[in-house]
Amino acid sequence: MHNNSLDPRIQRIDLDKNPDNVALNTMENWETYEVFHQRKRGEQHIHVGIVHAADPEMALVFAKEIYGRRLQCANMWVTKSSNIYSFRYEDEDMFGTTADKDYRGAGDFKVRDKINKFKKENTLK
Amino acid sequence: MYGGGYIFTEPTEKELKEHLDDPVKLQEFEARIDAGEKIEPHDWMPYEYRRQLIRLIEQHAHSEVIGALPEGTWITRAPGFRRKLVLIAKVQDEMGHAQLLYAAAETLGKPREAMINDLLSGKSKYSNVFNYPAKTWADIAVIGFLIDAGAIVNQVANSKGSYGPYCRALERICFEESFHLKQGYDAFIALATGTKAQKEMLQDALNRWWKPIMHFFGPPDKNSVHTQKLMRWKVKMATNDEMRNQFLDTYVPKILELGITIPDPNLKKIESTGLWTFSDPDWDEFRRVINGDGPCNKERLAVRKYAEESNRWVRSALLKPTMKKTLPYA
Repeated sequence: MHNNSLDPRIQRIDLDKNPDNVALNTMENWETYEVFHQRKRGEQHIHVGIVHAADPEMALVFAKEIYGRRLQCANMWVTKSSNIYSFRYEDEDMFGTTADKDYRGAGDFKVRDKINKFKKENTLK
Repeated sequence: MYGGGYIFTEPTEKELKEHLDDPVKLQEFEARIDAGEKIEPHDWMPYEYRRQLIRLIEQHAHSEVIGALPEGTWITRAPGFRRKLVLIAKVQDEMGHAQLLYAAAETLGKPREAMINDLLSGKSKYSNVFNYPAKTWADIAVIGFLIDAGAIVNQVANSKGSYGPYCRALERICFEESFHLKQGYDAFIALATGTKAQKEMLQDALNRWWKPIMHFFGPPDKNSVHTQKLMRWKVKMATNDEMRNQFLDTYVPKILELGITIPDPNLKKIESTGLWTFSDPDWDEFRRVINGDGPCNKERLAVRKYAEESNRWVRSALLKPTMKKTLPYA
């Protein structure tokens, strides 16, 4: 059938051949892979998103096209989404620092106070 | 490109009754948003928040896919090798944006296949402007400059929304949009400052595109409770009218300074309020086109269907029975 598309490539397609209902099956877009991007050597790989792919090699190609097209990039990792294990956001409070564990921070060591006290006592002598 | 003019639907009474949100969790959720924190995929969220976000992000993704069709029309006939390379790069970017957006929507629980099916069946919408044809090269200049500009106004606002994955996708997208806008502006200026025939071609394209551009941000906001709730939840970051006004404010002077006119004698800015007034851009036409009766609706969907159908054998050949569906994490 002739269609009136302004695109010569589309004119060459017989669009009437489409079945009435075109629908994808579940899983037809394969699995998802999580993508990690390293901006430059020496920096960490940071999670940037996902791609759909049939295997890891394809996932890397898509990762490069989608997440490595413009920004600086030294390296990329991919792994299947099903390989990721995570905490739940509702347990977020477990990461909070409790007041009784101040000794784990540098700020809890008041060395300057002690030095000043020591110096003051020695000058007085 | 290409988000804009989202169609938010009001939930039905029945839906609201079936999906009553836990009031304590709702309060915690709203407190988190008020504090400027982002919502992440596995957080508790109100039923209506999830539903509207899926619709919004999905429509945005579909718009990227369909939006590449009118532009793709001109890849084979772009004037000059540089413009051809630029247009190919832009269209490829748009496909990448669609992938980023589908990924963000998937984190809310709807598989990509289901979203594509809703596009193909007509259940899910995309930006109305792409139901209009790109008749000449000047249409590509108008789309690249002004439709992309509209999309940037919209996306910069949305990137400050509350849903983490959508914001992250938009930040990446907006970064690339700056190139899209600039190349469109460059093509627009080349025609506006060119020969008499080039100027006339540009003016003709703008005349045809002005109405769809005014439609781009969607119909005027009815100040409904529903819109207020979506804005409270930072799903919608600005009203349609606010975004349209911001667009006119920035871009009308850029068009006029090139000696191109805008086909609306009533378009003017009221200095005292800062608001633009304009003729009614025919919202009946907007509704007619979005519901399927535009110049290119049939062709756009038929091309997508053809692509899915004729490439299916590749996808099927690579499918392994061990594959299992996992929704992405972030």
